[in-house]
Amino acid sequence: MTDRAETFLELKGITKKFGEFTAVNNVNLQITEGEFFTLVGPSGSGKTTMIRLLVGMDQPTSGDINLKGARLNDVPANKRPTCMVFQSLALFPHRSVGENIEFPLKIAKVAPAQRRERAHALLEQLHLPLDFYDKGINQCSGGERQRVALARALAFDPELLFFDEPLSALDFRLRKALEKELKDIHRETGKTFVYITHSLEEAMVMSDRIGIMKDGELVQIGTPHEIYNKPINKFVAQFMGEVNTLEVEATGPTTVRDINGEGDFEVNSMPDQFNRGYLIVRPEVMKLGPGASGLPNILKGKFFNDYALGSRMQYQVRSSSGDQWLVERLQDEVFEGQFGDTVSLGWRPEDSILVSD
Amino acid sequence: MAEGNTSSKWRFNPGALAAIPASVFLFIGFAGPLAMVVGYSFMPAKTFSLLQIPTLENYVSVVTDSYYLSFFWSLLLASISVFLLFIICYPMAYGMAKLFGKWANLITALIVLPLLISENIRLFGWVLILLKNGILDGTLKYLFDITASGLLFTVPAIVLGIVYVYLPFMLFPLVIGISMVPESLKEAASDLGASRWQIFKEVEIPLSMPGIMIGGILTFILALGSLAESKILGGQAVIMIADDIESSFTFAQNWPKGSVLSVMLIALSGIIVFILFRKIDLDQIIGRR
Repeated sequence: MTDRAETFLELKGITKKFGEFTAVNNVNLQITEGEFFTLVGPSGSGKTTMIRLLVGMDQPTSGDINLKGARLNDVPANKRPTCMVFQSLALFPHRSVGENIEFPLKIAKVAPAQRRERAHALLEQLHLPLDFYDKGINQCSGGERQRVALARALAFDPELLFFDEPLSALDFRLRKALEKELKDIHRETGKTFVYITHSLEEAMVMSDRIGIMKDGELVQIGTPHEIYNKPINKFVAQFMGEVNTLEVEATGPTTVRDINGEGDFEVNSMPDQFNRGYLIVRPEVMKLGPGASGLPNILKGKFFNDYALGSRMQYQVRSSSGDQWLVERLQDEVFEGQFGDTVSLGWRPEDSILVSD
Repeated sequence: MAEGNTSSKWRFNPGALAAIPASVFLFIGFAGPLAMVVGYSFMPAKTFSLLQIPTLENYVSVVTDSYYLSFFWSLLLASISVFLLFIICYPMAYGMAKLFGKWANLITALIVLPLLISENIRLFGWVLILLKNGILDGTLKYLFDITASGLLFTVPAIVLGIVYVYLPFMLFPLVIGISMVPESLKEAASDLGASRWQIFKEVEIPLSMPGIMIGGILTFILALGSLAESKILGGQAVIMIADDIESSFTFAQNWPKGSVLSVMLIALSGIIVFILFRKIDLDQIIGRR
């Protein structure tokens, strides 16, 4: 506990090839002890291959995986002090909840009484009633199974837990609740969690740091805050969700011009050697109607449609060149306007994000 | 209300109506003969009529006679055969379900093909191989100067025949059973620390149990009632119960005695299957409960 920033899990030049296809390409990554690290990427980005390499179900074509400085590559999966929660959960259908949780302990030849004690403690920790011990796996609901799978993974007290999109099969509400619960369990146990998902939103909620993968490469690593506010490229910016994107070229030290003639816009700062790239503006920083007046970045368009997002309202404005702009507002400051009205859109220079590719 | 009226017009639901032809056929062709066998078992010895006064004399004579020996041999050889079949078929089935890929189809075809040929003909093929101065004996004598003349008409020859003839009935249920085990469960077990052997014992065997059970019961029942193997390959080495039943009905012309033996064999098989299914809950294994 003295030096938490010490590298716990280290990946050095990890590459995995399947024949001609490179699934993971030269990934370097350091994860510190106690961290909640999430790998995010669309399907086919190599994140599933990554987790299989980390767990030991596949071997990297080249590169080293080190855990606390010791090489982990040649240690078979069943000898690694790591554990994984599977996408399918992979609970044993022929065993009860209790037997599932106790499985790793039974394998390790722990005495039955102690196993039972540990299983009961885990049920309690994961907010499952103790009488679940004798319940069949198929009598459990999706959320309960999720907890059983986590309890089983925690049973032998692994140093490192991997998660392969375990929440993806659940409905929205349950998923949202379990995301937070998982983060709470991470706090309680203080263990290192490595999570993979295709949902950056999910990653944002839970993670200390996020790594974004695309085509087998790590594109950006950073805290949720960094990923959100300083996306390294268009892919990362758009991956987070709906953003307004313009293709622009530099016209001055802090000005860019839309290549489709939408106008000139101001930015706060420009990346080094920026010549041509994309201007990203998030819907929630955009002003609409009277609020836009007086802002340096302004354009006009027709109010086309609105969408209720629950806590927020989203408005679509179409500019004369046909670009669709999205603006979001909280429910207590809704925009009152008629569809078809000409409205002003605006944003501050510091809300402009410029990326090269 | 209106619905009640229309449904009362159909006194049977369509499913029951559709099942009538098959039910009638099964009743006449399957249940009928069985009932007759049970009926004959209570008739006086050597009669061909079902209308005599029922008696238990055949049961008494069968129990006091030495038929227990035939039952013993049938049970023993069937058990040994099922055990050998399992040992032989599990690795094969594992390969076909998980490893061989497209070659599995070819193997399936090669195993199914002999089923198109009469069992007796195939067994006579083995006679030619095992016979004194036959294919095996002759080849060994010629090449290595070893004699293997005493192979035919022995108990191992009968077991060989049973294993050979009933192999597909063990193999294919096992293939299905093994392919029902999800890879992710094996990976999870490994991730949780299980060795190869522990994965096999804790995950693969229990989860492929439906296939093992079906293959085991199928081959056990078939082997218990097997006749041609002991006649053709066994000669008079041992008498199995099916031999006794056949000769009671044909040579001895004593239908009631044959019926008693049949009833006892059916009851024995039924009890064994019943006990097995009681002990192993297939629904629970598949995860339906």
